[in-house]
Amino acid sequence: MEFFERFAVPHPSPLIYASMVAIGLVIIAIIAGVSYFKKWGYLWNEWLTTTDHKRIGIMYIISALLMLFRGGADAVMMRLQTSVPDNTFLDAQHYNEVFTTHGVVMIFFMAMAFVIGLMNFVVPLQIGARDVAFPRLNAISFWLYFAGAMLFNISFVIGGSPDAGWTNYYPLASNDFSTSVGVNYYNWALQISGIGTLMTGINFIATIIKMRAPGMTLMKMPMFTWSALITNAIIVFAFPVLTIAIIMGTLDRQFGTHFFASTNGGMDMMWANLFWVWGHPEVYILILPAFGIYSEIIATFSQRNLYGYKSMVGSMVIISLLSFLVWVHHFFTMGQDALTNSIFSITTMAIAVPTGIKIFNWLLTMWKGKIHFTVPMLYSVAFIPLFTIGGVTGVMLGVASADYQYHNTMFLVAHFHNTIIPGVVFAMLAGLTYWWPKMFGFMLNEKIGKWAFWFLTIGFCFSFFPMYITGLDGQARRMFTYSEATGFGPLNMLSFFGAGLMAIGFVIIVYNIYYSFRYSPRNVGDDPWNARSLEWATHNPVPEYNFAVLPQVESSEAFWDYKKKGHKLFPDSIKKIHMPNNSGLPIIMSGLFFIFGFSFVFYIWAGVIISAIGIFACMAYRSFEKDDGRYISAEEIKETEDKFGGAGQ
Amino acid sequence: MKELFPIKQVNGFVFSLLLTIVALSVYFFDMSFQLGMTILLVTAFIQAGVQLIIFMHAGESEDKGTIYTSTIYGVVIALFTVFGSLLAMVWGYM
Ligand code: HEM
Ligand SMILES: [Cu+2]
Repeated sequence: MEFFERFAVPHPSPLIYASMVAIGLVIIAIIAGVSYFKKWGYLWNEWLTTTDHKRIGIMYIISALLMLFRGGADAVMMRLQTSVPDNTFLDAQHYNEVFTTHGVVMIFFMAMAFVIGLMNFVVPLQIGARDVAFPRLNAISFWLYFAGAMLFNISFVIGGSPDAGWTNYYPLASNDFSTSVGVNYYNWALQISGIGTLMTGINFIATIIKMRAPGMTLMKMPMFTWSALITNAIIVFAFPVLTIAIIMGTLDRQFGTHFFASTNGGMDMMWANLFWVWGHPEVYILILPAFGIYSEIIATFSQRNLYGYKSMVGSMVIISLLSFLVWVHHFFTMGQDALTNSIFSITTMAIAVPTGIKIFNWLLTMWKGKIHFTVPMLYSVAFIPLFTIGGVTGVMLGVASADYQYHNTMFLVAHFHNTIIPGVVFAMLAGLTYWWPKMFGFMLNEKIGKWAFWFLTIGFCFSFFPMYITGLDGQARRMFTYSEATGFGPLNMLSFFGAGLMAIGFVIIVYNIYYSFRYSPRNVGDDPWNARSLEWATHNPVPEYNFAVLPQVESSEAFWDYKKKGHKLFPDSIKKIHMPNNSGLPIIMSGLFFIFGFSFVFYIWAGVIISAIGIFACMAYRSFEKDDGRYISAEEIKETEDKFGGAGQ
Repeated sequence: MKELFPIKQVNGFVFSLLLTIVALSVYFFDMSFQLGMTILLVTAFIQAGVQLIIFMHAGESEDKGTIYTSTIYGVVIALFTVFGSLLAMVWGYM
């Protein structure tokens, strides 16, 4: 029995026990359901082993939505706890665990997955490619992300959640102050999914540099593809820092080194430093693809070409460099001198300039455009003013001397939610709605979608604007409760109300998916939005080979040229197409990684060694495996194309 | 025969041996910590350059531009990170 004691939750509560039961039941239900409908073969052959970028993209998005609900449940719990003074719904320890989980899940497993999912689905289509450069690697990326996410998600029922914040600062995160295995979970989950992300970065840079359709020079790429290229470059340069920092943290916690200790020559604040060397570029990894999505949507629904293409690209390049030069603004109060803080203050404010250029470009695109207020466009239009508020408060926080006042208050919390929710989350929902017909061949219901939009937007304002005020009044972040005398009560109640509206908004989105799946018409054609860029030049839903004939491109709006200027998109005839094979290796290898991480968390060395051998065996197998892919014959392609009515020719 | 002889590679090889010897001298001669570190850093960076350009053919394919741009970008970011960290954690720390 002693062996199993380590898996006990150190600080249990009825909620956690209920979750255990719920998780068990859901797993049983899924297994039973799939077996009952005899779908194991389908699941394995069509999804779990796929190397198709579109399916991988969809799996990323499904996972991201699941994580959105996990993180959202945490958020509502936190707002409920703080809705009235001296509340006892959660105690201090649980509150710590909940906000830590919320932050990690939302940033790493929701936002990152959503961004990478949409990139997976859209980028190869926008550049006229048949897949990404390394399809097998892409599958490994996804499954590693998934293994990491699942590892993190079981922490609260097996061994205990991490509780040192998503920023996981030392010395709090060290063995001295975080005694449960929680922070080990943090380390291994992020390490495993981080490897996946790094490989995605390399994969997409290679894809975009090497696999563009003939005629598509760099300056003729659609804006979302540009944003993806820059984002992946940032990933490749930023993620190794996180990898190393986490290794150092792991060595400290599990092997007795002193990198981040306050004694024996360690530097505890070095973690904060390294974390933000990665962390600030990370926020731009999230926002740049969002900018790309908004650029596509705003151009489409203003019925105009994007204003200032070159300045859009230029500002993203500048942002990518500047994003590596500002990280110290996250710890202005750590104890540097005024000169150091001033330097980073100035670089921080400099970022607002290229960001501002982009805002003006979007405004000028809409100016004189014929605007159609579809659901994706509503999100984009709401994004502009709301994100601007987030940017302005960011600049306020960037004033080092003033930041001594704002730092670690609810004002900061309001700032970053103000950038991330209207920035990233709205973009993902807008992008999902926009590209939904490309994925599934039917549209999401516009009317229900608009309801969801209004609930989310109004809910957002109620939820986060009060925090600016309580923050300025001195309410610290990450406090599980406050006394009535502080007077924070009413505004926090308002915040809880807003959170409730947002929760309803997300439920409406799920309902919309269900409703549209049941009732939406399936004959939406290939161009339901009157769109402009290349991904719309193929069918809805996209056939597995993407384009029957490789397109020939002359501008960043190839499809618009084809529709309006008589540009010949597909000069060749149909030939056989080379496609990558499916493979079970990625999911098996990631399963081994999961066991590896789990064993490491609990110091089960036998499990670590066996799974490590398994992982290397997978790699060795891959090295000697002969896989030349397969061909889809010209006849087969013609047949498929005929089913779609032969369009796209 | 002359065209076939890989003179560039042989020169590069000799040069990298030379760099190694200079770096080794830090161990054999009694010098200050600063001087030793300087020699090690300088020879290390030149060595990396020699490897990239001569033996890994960085400049010989049509991807030349991409390869150099990303290498330089990486080096610039690494330097900013290192010196920025020094600034925040050591020089500017009160
Ligand atoms: C105009 C652009 C921006 C400026 C000037 C800016 C400035 C800042 C500053 C100075 C802080 C640290 C404040 C403190 O800790 O006291 C901060 C925190 C933060 N910002 Fe921004 N920001 C900007 C845009 C963004 C964007 C676009 C995102 C995300 C998409 C973002 C996400 C965050 C996050 C997540 C944190 C804090 C996380 C934490 O401590 O837990 N920011 N920002
Ligand atoms: Cu930052």
